[in-house]
Amino acid sequence: MSEEVSVQEVADAMYQLVKETYGKKNLKPMDLTKAMFSQYGRDRCSKQTCKAAIRELIDNGRCIYSYIGGSYVTLPPES
Amino acid sequence: MSEKELKTPLVDELEEGPWPSFVKEIKSLDNPKAKDLLGVLERSYRDKVGHWKHGGLVGVMGYGGGVIGRYNDLPDEFPEVAAFHTLRVNHPAGWFYTSDVLRKLCDVWEEHGSGLTNMHGSTGDIIFLGCSTEELEPTFKKLTELGFDLGGSGSCLRTPSCCNGMARCEWACYDTMALTYDLTMEYQDELHRPPFPYKFKFKMAGCANDCVASIARADMSIIGTWKDEIRIDADAVKEYAEAGDLDILVDVVSRCPTKCMSWDGQELLIDDADCVKCMHCINAMPKALAPGKDRGATILVGSKAPIIGGALLSSVMVPFLKMEPPYEDLKELVDALWELWGEHGKNRERIGEFIQRIGLGNFLDQIGLDPTPEMIAQPRANPYIFYELDDEDEYEDDED
Ligand code: SF4
Ligand code: SF4
Repeated sequence: MSEEVSVQEVADAMYQLVKETYGKKNLKPMDLTKAMFSQYGRDRCSKQTCKAAIRELIDNGRCIYSYIGGSYVTLPPES
Repeated sequence: MSEKELKTPLVDELEEGPWPSFVKEIKSLDNPKAKDLLGVLERSYRDKVGHWKHGGLVGVMGYGGGVIGRYNDLPDEFPEVAAFHTLRVNHPAGWFYTSDVLRKLCDVWEEHGSGLTNMHGSTGDIIFLGCSTEELEPTFKKLTELGFDLGGSGSCLRTPSCCNGMARCEWACYDTMALTYDLTMEYQDELHRPPFPYKFKFKMAGCANDCVASIARADMSIIGTWKDEIRIDADAVKEYAEAGDLDILVDVVSRCPTKCMSWDGQELLIDDADCVKCMHCINAMPKALAPGKDRGATILVGSKAPIIGGALLSSVMVPFLKMEPPYEDLKELVDALWELWGEHGKNRERIGEFIQRIGLGNFLDQIGLDPTPEMIAQPRANPYIFYELDDEDEYEDDED
């Protein structure tokens, strides 16, 4: 089995995706998780890793949650 | 607007009559925010449109729930309430407070917000109405110093809530407050960091009287019940009969929904195999009847109570489960539901709607539960459950 991808790497990949889709598409935490499954494969990237990566993004302020009829992960206003 | 004399004739009408009036309460605050708040409301009544927008990017650091952003669309006219966010504060299980802590909560809110509260919101939380964006973090800090935390909002687990259960009520078939506290602590992540397609609510009721209306508004309703026989105190039954205030045949026996009771004027009999534990007879004769001793809860899934339309009641998933810490079986079920709905639910689709979309049969298959007769509310009402015979059964039937 291939090696599990690190939380940091997943967080960076998620951040990239949020940046690329900013203003075009709202991403829910599960959308980010599914995108990571397709990018790395489920055997290398678990739900737990994705959860930890989202937490990392929110806790260090690179991303924030927004509410527009549902909860999404997005960039903070100043960025 | 706050500087000028504000006329609110339409809103003022709501002060009339003998009943409590939220307008009177808001006026009693006598602060600029309260004045502008009534001004916006007057404008809404006059214009016949709401002047509030909600949602957006507000919150406290690290959390995706607990703050509901509210802005009015007339900020120049009503600047004091240009941003008037709602804070949901996680209430204690069963809503028990000391008067000291209530005073402290009010002090925090008078210092940092409008001073307006709603005790409690329909989700159960303590609601602080009217916080500016700048005051969110300072309010949150003061609340945490008091030992309080924010509750859920958005696509989060909403703050679990329960009836007073064993604290005040002899009918409680499990400790609703203990379970509420346990689930709140266990699922902190889901409460504060929205992981779901939409909201998810747990409501705990100690018996089928369901004083928290969990069957109508919780995605998972955990309703106390028992497995053995209703306890009957024959002497107390006799006392009811002799007192004559209650017609046992008319008021109790004939209203049993499954007609499993009989009364010959001397003896009250219950066929417990047919009793659906509805609580009616126990409510009618509380001195004579009581729930059995083998107690637990029925787990139901899928209700929602939207304001406009499409209300759903919960359906039975597990007819009986013992409710004892650490509640492993319950948590296993919760994890299985969240795993499936979390991954395959559509945006803003409650779990009840998800079950309707994919069909109860498929849903049960996916979470690994066997269908049971208790899942069917009425015969032929659940056409989406199919009992499939395996190959061997089919061959046997063919040979007969
Ligand atoms: S739901 Fe039942 S146990 Fe809970 S307070 Fe109401 S009557 Fe008592
Ligand atoms: S609890 Fe309800 S179903 Fe059971 S015997 Fe009493 S009235 Fe009948």
